[in-house]
Amino acid sequence: MSPTEEILLDAESARWELGPRFQDEVAARVSEEASHLASRHMHRKGDGSRLRWQRGLDRVLTSRITGIPAMASIFAIVLWLTIEGSNVPSAMLAELLVDTLHPWLKAHALALGMWAWLAGLLIDGMYLSGAWVVSVMLPPMAIFFPLFTLLEDFGYLPRVAFNLDRLFQKAGAHGKQALTMTMGLGCNAAGVVATRIIDSPRERLIAILTNNFSLCNGRWPTQILMATVFLGAVAPPALAGVVAAGSVFCVAVLGFLFAFGSSWLLSRTVLKGESSTFSLELPPYRPPNLLRTLHTSLVDRTIIVLWRAVVFAVPAGAVIWLSANVSVSGHSVAWWAIGALDPLAWVMGLTGVILFAYVIAIPANEIVVPTILMLTVLVSGTPVADAPGVGVMFEADDSTLHTMLVSAGWTTLTAVCLMLFSLLHNPCSTTLYTIQKETGNWRWTALSAALPLALGFLVCTAVAFVWRHFAG
Amino acid sequence: MSNCAPTTCETCPSPHAELRRLGSKSDRWDHTVALAGNPNVGKSTVFNLLTGLRQHTGNWPGKTVSRAEGAFDLDSRRYKIVDLPGTYSLLGTTPDEEVAREFLLFGKPDVTLVVADATCLERNFILLLQILQITPRVVLCINLLDEARAHGIDIDTRGLSRELGIPVVGTAARRGEGLAELLSAVRDVATGAFVCARQAPEFVPAALRDAVGKLSQKLGATYPSMENPSWIALRLLEGDPRIVAALKNGEFSSAT
Repeated sequence: MSPTEEILLDAESARWELGPRFQDEVAARVSEEASHLASRHMHRKGDGSRLRWQRGLDRVLTSRITGIPAMASIFAIVLWLTIEGSNVPSAMLAELLVDTLHPWLKAHALALGMWAWLAGLLIDGMYLSGAWVVSVMLPPMAIFFPLFTLLEDFGYLPRVAFNLDRLFQKAGAHGKQALTMTMGLGCNAAGVVATRIIDSPRERLIAILTNNFSLCNGRWPTQILMATVFLGAVAPPALAGVVAAGSVFCVAVLGFLFAFGSSWLLSRTVLKGESSTFSLELPPYRPPNLLRTLHTSLVDRTIIVLWRAVVFAVPAGAVIWLSANVSVSGHSVAWWAIGALDPLAWVMGLTGVILFAYVIAIPANEIVVPTILMLTVLVSGTPVADAPGVGVMFEADDSTLHTMLVSAGWTTLTAVCLMLFSLLHNPCSTTLYTIQKETGNWRWTALSAALPLALGFLVCTAVAFVWRHFAG
Repeated sequence: MSNCAPTTCETCPSPHAELRRLGSKSDRWDHTVALAGNPNVGKSTVFNLLTGLRQHTGNWPGKTVSRAEGAFDLDSRRYKIVDLPGTYSLLGTTPDEEVAREFLLFGKPDVTLVVADATCLERNFILLLQILQITPRVVLCINLLDEARAHGIDIDTRGLSRELGIPVVGTAARRGEGLAELLSAVRDVATGAFVCARQAPEFVPAALRDAVGKLSQKLGATYPSMENPSWIALRLLEGDPRIVAALKNGEFSSAT
């Protein structure tokens, strides 16, 4: 017998003699020693007013009555600041990148003798889609991510999880799912990675499958644009901003409700089981380090997410330009595809253009809006005064946009259904790839795409049906 | 640290160590440093401070979801530093605790830097004592000293150091406070200039002492390189399947 086997055998027989719970006594001694050590070398002076202040704050922010309203108003304010604050810089960036730099580039390329088709593909297709994504996404992200990181560093995120824990538990999910969903507001791929904090594999899968219901940053431009152009326009001008922010907020809340609902459904069907208990430490509130917060949120989140969006948008820009400029049997590829999707789209209250845009925009949600605008010009043939040409993304102001979309057959119903479909459709390809990596399973990945897509179809169809029934 | 007794580093004239942050370039190194501690005590902040990396930090437990590695160069010696997930204990079965325990046992770090929250030392000391059972080469970093001061908490780092037999440094990592002292402590333990000498109190109850003594003696005889035979003996008595497997696979003898 080898010495190792002998040791193992000895250990085995000693275990039987000792009985089962001796380790408890060791643990008790360790914790006794820990408290002795602490009391010998740590002295507390007075009660500390900061402690009282923190307790008071927690009484409001985590109370059963005021906790959830406080949370909702905090996020509504963050949203409102993001929408209101990003208007002006977005317009300025668009002015610079799209209105000024684009014609300059195009003119110089042609002057230098570049073939027209190559200039179209590179500058009208690839450059413009990248420029559009930067001007639409950079300002809201540069406002949202720092605000979000401030809340995170302050210690508010665990309180969100605490407030939502009971709801998630009722849905058969894990309370920490609230944390991963909040991360999903920034980026779903990041939210999916964050589900690693959930120990139970069953609950972690639920959290992964439902993270897409968190309205990610890439989808906000769609929401904000629809809310501003169609819903805000219905309200009196003074309230337009509030109505727009309010409707985006409602869509985000609806996303959370869908997350609860589908978690409940999953935990009663394919992922049966009890919710596991866990202890959640509420860390002390800490004053965030402003400069570091700005730095990390801008460098680690904003720039990385933006870079990813540009990387996906540039080739997509080429695809859009090609689909609009390559003809088959007398019509462009895009024309054929849109025609084929139109009947289904009508049932859902959308248009063929929107569905085709979602097919092209699988790599990144950010480019849905530019794609829709470009395709609309192509199909309706609406000449817009300063539109630079067929198959080109462009930036237009809100009222031009409204006129153009209405003449392409859009109604308020189209805008509402688009907002809903933007919430309820398959995750972008990066998120799908992340889900595949995290679960190591293609079937779960497929389900994570099919579940929101099916819901989106049902909800949009139902809304369109009811709307037409009452309006028509 | 205005309220604490001055540490030796503040009073002695020794020049401060020369630090070069190397980010994530950890291909070649002279010493390995493990970074352990409870969740949400600022481990990632300490990690960033040492490596110059910007591992994401946030004020919620469980934020570091995977092991991060980085490197720094101190007095022309290279250190690889591994940021372990935050845990309250090393005895549990959650993936986080397993990752931390495995690394401390089999990664053989030259120095284990335990980061503790100055505002709740008692809970943090449980993990510290458990780590001291595995390895004596520990540096205790009492972080969030700024917050402790705001709460009116005074910590005697020198007294702790004397009693624990390991270097104890107070820091406020968010402000970079105490970095120089922390670096010299890590260097001294890594190079052997500071010999950690824990006056180990007896955690093993009398009824167990015999069994643990016999087993650890055998373990020590079979695996001369094993640093912590009594801890391994305790785990064996508990029937920890991972330790049993490690013995069978010869993971303890491989390091000789």
